[in-house]
Amino acid sequence: MDWYPLFNSLRIAAISTAAVFFLGIAAAQWIARLPRGVKGALDVILTLPLVLPPTVVGWLLLMLLGPKRPLGAWVQETFGVRLVMTWQSAIFATVVVAFPLMYRTARGAFESFDQNLADAGRTLGRSNAWVFWRVQMPCCKQGVLAGTVLAFARALGEYGATSMLAGYTPGRTATISTTVYQLWRTGDDPGALRWVLVNLAISAVFLLAISLLEHRRERR
Amino acid sequence: MSLSVDIRKKLGKFQLQVQFEAGDERLALLGASGCGKSLTLRCVAGIIRPDAGKIVLDGVTLFDSAAGVDLPPQRRRVGYLFQQYALFPNMTVRQNIAAAVRDRAAQEETVSTLLRRFRLEELAVLKPGQLSGGQQQRTALARILASQPQVLLLDEPFSALDSYLKSQLELELMETLDQFPGTVLWVSHDRGEVFRSCQRVCVIDGGQSQPVQDLSQLFHAPGTEAAARLSGCKNFADALPRGEEVYLPAWDLTLRCGRPVPSDAVRAGVRARFVRPAGGPGENVFPCAVARVVEDVFSTIVILRPEGAEPDAPPLRMELDKMIWRALPDRERITVQIAPRDILLFRH
Repeated sequence: MDWYPLFNSLRIAAISTAAVFFLGIAAAQWIARLPRGVKGALDVILTLPLVLPPTVVGWLLLMLLGPKRPLGAWVQETFGVRLVMTWQSAIFATVVVAFPLMYRTARGAFESFDQNLADAGRTLGRSNAWVFWRVQMPCCKQGVLAGTVLAFARALGEYGATSMLAGYTPGRTATISTTVYQLWRTGDDPGALRWVLVNLAISAVFLLAISLLEHRRERR
Repeated sequence: MSLSVDIRKKLGKFQLQVQFEAGDERLALLGASGCGKSLTLRCVAGIIRPDAGKIVLDGVTLFDSAAGVDLPPQRRRVGYLFQQYALFPNMTVRQNIAAAVRDRAAQEETVSTLLRRFRLEELAVLKPGQLSGGQQQRTALARILASQPQVLLLDEPFSALDSYLKSQLELELMETLDQFPGTVLWVSHDRGEVFRSCQRVCVIDGGQSQPVQDLSQLFHAPGTEAAARLSGCKNFADALPRGEEVYLPAWDLTLRCGRPVPSDAVRAGVRARFVRPAGGPGENVFPCAVARVVEDVFSTIVILRPEGAEPDAPPLRMELDKMIWRALPDRERITVQIAPRDILLFRH
């Protein structure tokens, strides 16, 4: 059995979760401070990928990054890098799709954070960065962790936008979800079953890890 | 050492306009809830930016809209005691205090000294959530002093505590404040707290500050009706000046004031404690019907209707010791007296 789809899926999910972690937190922190009107508008735009069908996201990304589109063509010309149909292309898709989950949960956590704690830190002479990393983030740990888990799960299972941006090339862009589809389409149900079982195992391990984490926190 | 504040801030329809100066003293900012007391403290601390004005602490300009000066909270050296204390919930008592020490070299020693001084040594490893209200307040005070502030801002320091804890903690806090050399601003809505704790008071009413006055002045000549209300005065009525007397149309009473009544005085007030049962005929003696009797813990509050009062006139509250009330022969209809000097007069 060729384990490349497993490796590729995990690597795409890990990279995009790391990206979404910082992007989502930065957006949440920035937008929580904006005036109400602007906040609402940005909120809609940033949350949109959550409710759009993944194929719509995929099509929009293709229109932006495709080799004949302005941005895609410019990057190809300047850096000699193709933005679509490589394994890295899937990262664009998973980042866009997973971002709202991280952003929303982080923002919810930040909004329920007692602003007096931040003000206290600042009047005590501590920098805004110190207050953010040493007080706000620990206080919002639960929400941030939940957002990260959701984003990773979403990135790992992403199919629609990924298949449009990265396609399915065995050994190059294949992920677990695109492989299952490909095997089923070609009538290889035993092959599909193997990958379904792999995916079930990953998900089970994942959920187990989360509940262990939560248990540990409760006991503390 | 001194603090001078003169600021304006508009928040929606609310307009804050506050001006006062304080030396090395405990100055109370007294006002009803929502009057802008806490907002004033936040402006001084640099958490909220005023629209215009100037804040100067010991010769250092913290904020000056004309000169474009607006120091961040980190550089203002103010110790802000938040209503709920704002202790960092993820840190222990020791870490909370250590977080405020600016001089890293002396951190260990400063924290130990403060833990000892505030009797927190045994609690040092606990998180704020595991502390009682009083312990939280001690931790918050230790943390503030660790940052070596030049002014202390106390925002309703006892609002988070049960009332039975208050009196003990009030004494403890006073001891701490006695050792503090700089200015203390004490925000409160409780006149008793202010009387026990502060030397002077600035009344804030509807976002507007009134001139700073001594506590005895607040009690005997509050100047404005709002200040009189905050100092505990309960009885107010419209007044018409007549030489050394005022006529109160609502109660159809003419009362001697023992001094020339300013021609622009339009309201009169008298404290419930200063409405007394009359011993016999004399100045400002008038009969009242008793409308209602309310028993308080140590005193009796009697709601009176002066005879001749209009149907919709405000009632007249009298407060007296229980024993005196019980000794009165007639408790349906009594004759009361108000001493001329106890009548407060207000302009608009």
